Amino acid sequence: MKKATLIIGVIGADVHAVGNKILYRAFLDAGFNVVNLGVMVSQEEFIAAAIEADADAILVSSLYGQGELDCRGLREKCDEAGLKDILLYVGGNVVIGKQNFADVEKRFKEMGFNRVFAPGTLPEVDIAALHEDLKLDEA
Amino acid sequence: MRAVLLIDFGSTNTKVTAVDLDTESLLGTAAAYTTVETDVGEGLANAIAILEKQTGKLDFVERYACSSAAGGLRMIASGLVPELTAEAAKMASLGAGAKILKVYSFEMTEDDADEIRAAKPDIVLLVGGTDGGNTDCIVHNAKLIAGVGVPFPVVVAGNRNAAKQCREILEPTHQTYVCENVMPKFGQINIEPTQKQIREIFLGRIVQAKGLSEASELISGILMPTPSAMMKAMQLLAEGTEDEPGIGELLAVDVGGATTDVYTIAEGKPGKANTVYKGLPEPYIKRTVEGDVGMRYSVHGIVDACGIGKLAKLAGIGKDRAQEMIDYLAAHTDALPQDDEWERLDHALASMAIDTAVTRHVGKLEEAYTMLGVTYVQSGKDMTNCRQIVVTGGSLIHTKKTGEIAAHALFDPENPASLKPRRSRILVDRKYILAGMGLLSEKYPEIALRIMKRELSDEGEQVSAAPEPKETNFVPMTQGGCGMPI
Repeated sequence: MKKATLIIGVIGADVHAVGNKILYRAFLDAGFNVVNLGVMVSQEEFIAAAIEADADAILVSSLYGQGELDCRGLREKCDEAGLKDILLYVGGNVVIGKQNFADVEKRFKEMGFNRVFAPGTLPEVDIAALHEDLKLDEA
Repeated sequence: MRAVLLIDFGSTNTKVTAVDLDTESLLGTAAAYTTVETDVGEGLANAIAILEKQTGKLDFVERYACSSAAGGLRMIASGLVPELTAEAAKMASLGAGAKILKVYSFEMTEDDADEIRAAKPDIVLLVGGTDGGNTDCIVHNAKLIAGVGVPFPVVVAGNRNAAKQCREILEPTHQTYVCENVMPKFGQINIEPTQKQIREIFLGRIVQAKGLSEASELISGILMPTPSAMMKAMQLLAEGTEDEPGIGELLAVDVGGATTDVYTIAEGKPGKANTVYKGLPEPYIKRTVEGDVGMRYSVHGIVDACGIGKLAKLAGIGKDRAQEMIDYLAAHTDALPQDDEWERLDHALASMAIDTAVTRHVGKLEEAYTMLGVTYVQSGKDMTNCRQIVVTGGSLIHTKKTGEIAAHALFDPENPASLKPRRSRILVDRKYILAGMGLLSEKYPEIALRIMKRELSDEGEQVSAAPEPKETNFVPMTQGGCGMPI
């Protein structure tokens, strides 16, 4: 079976590099093809990488509180670029302050993200979600 | 004496350089009008006759040639995403010494196919997708190219998973060559195998197609397109050989009538610790060609790039008069400066050609204000610490003001984001030997290197007007570097 390909990176003017490296390693170990764009990644870079690598999912991290601004329009741009129905995940500290996570999740889902992960989520949770959404365990 | 003849078949001139292997010295150089339409041998014979007037009769033991005649190596490239595989295809073609007619990205259309049919390129380079990535685009484009109906060779260097399918589509109608992917993994550039293939095709069939084979009986070998010879010379000059040291990292500019070529032999990696690199990694040996920047055919492109006001001021001529003179030059491409006013205009044009072409070639450094403080975002090569600039081209080698003109390749305080050299020694190819030395270097690298070191004229150091870097030179962050305007 073809390995699933993931595009990961930290969006916007965000330079938090540690979580990104942990996720990269965890996804590799879990058997994915991973294209890691590192920190300070623009929406356009996520999309360009996903096109060339024929990716199955884009996983966006945001740690500095500006995630909502940075992520707005990503789904629309994916549609425009022909990445129809590509899986979009977002996680980290995606908003400023202590907001109700259910509200945050709702807002990001309205922006077109398939899943939104709360601060402190372990990589295993993301991996399980990927298996489910990409139907990797079905024969 | 063991004399070697080095020939550069150009579009308008055949240039010859003679060297003596025994004394490791330059015997002479000469040029004569090229007559590709009839017989290149004639232009060559005329050039040799002029040469032998200076040197006396020479018996050449070896003769090598490079060529940019009949439009040079004309290529069309197609990739997927413009900034990624299409850019890699462009890098590969330019690095192989080609002249790029057009770069297509994404799926091509019927109109594009018509354009290709009309352009009749020498080679088409087809890429797209990382290995294991997108295959739809390259397969679509292969089908389209297969239907063009002009029998140019095609080099396929995209997603390896699509290579076989592309070959099957193209092989019935085109000579098809499959190479390693120019971008096997995201952000990883692998252009050497493609360049090698392009060069082999050039030797095998382009030379014949361009009527150069008639001259080839006289020649031990036509080795490469002229830009490749130039690139070889620059690499040798920078790196040296085992026994003869090179001069170190350098930037070279060749200002021509139609185009301005820039070469860098340098890593150009970020110099500061808190710098994030964005975009494709750049090749250590990089060539760019500015098709809209040239002293005659493309003279209007220089004005478009820098503005008539700036140019007129630099030349010390009124705006209207400058515009009038520029229109004249575009219409009379063989015009040479006759008096002081025309010379000043040519100097200003050459200065702006260098400024524009080098600015486009080198990288940029932008400041980004993040939650964690100031971060720098670099894209392209950082050439600020490059200490040597080599210049060639008629407008630069026939003037005494070369140093002053070449200084426009240096860091400009008005455009602090551009990573041009801050101070640099200017070396001038007064005798027009660089392409010849690139040819000679194939067999006699040490001799070629020693001749270059001796014959390139050192015009001393030029220093940028800008102060040494401080942490305060504020550059506003723009969209693109990090995805959000600040």
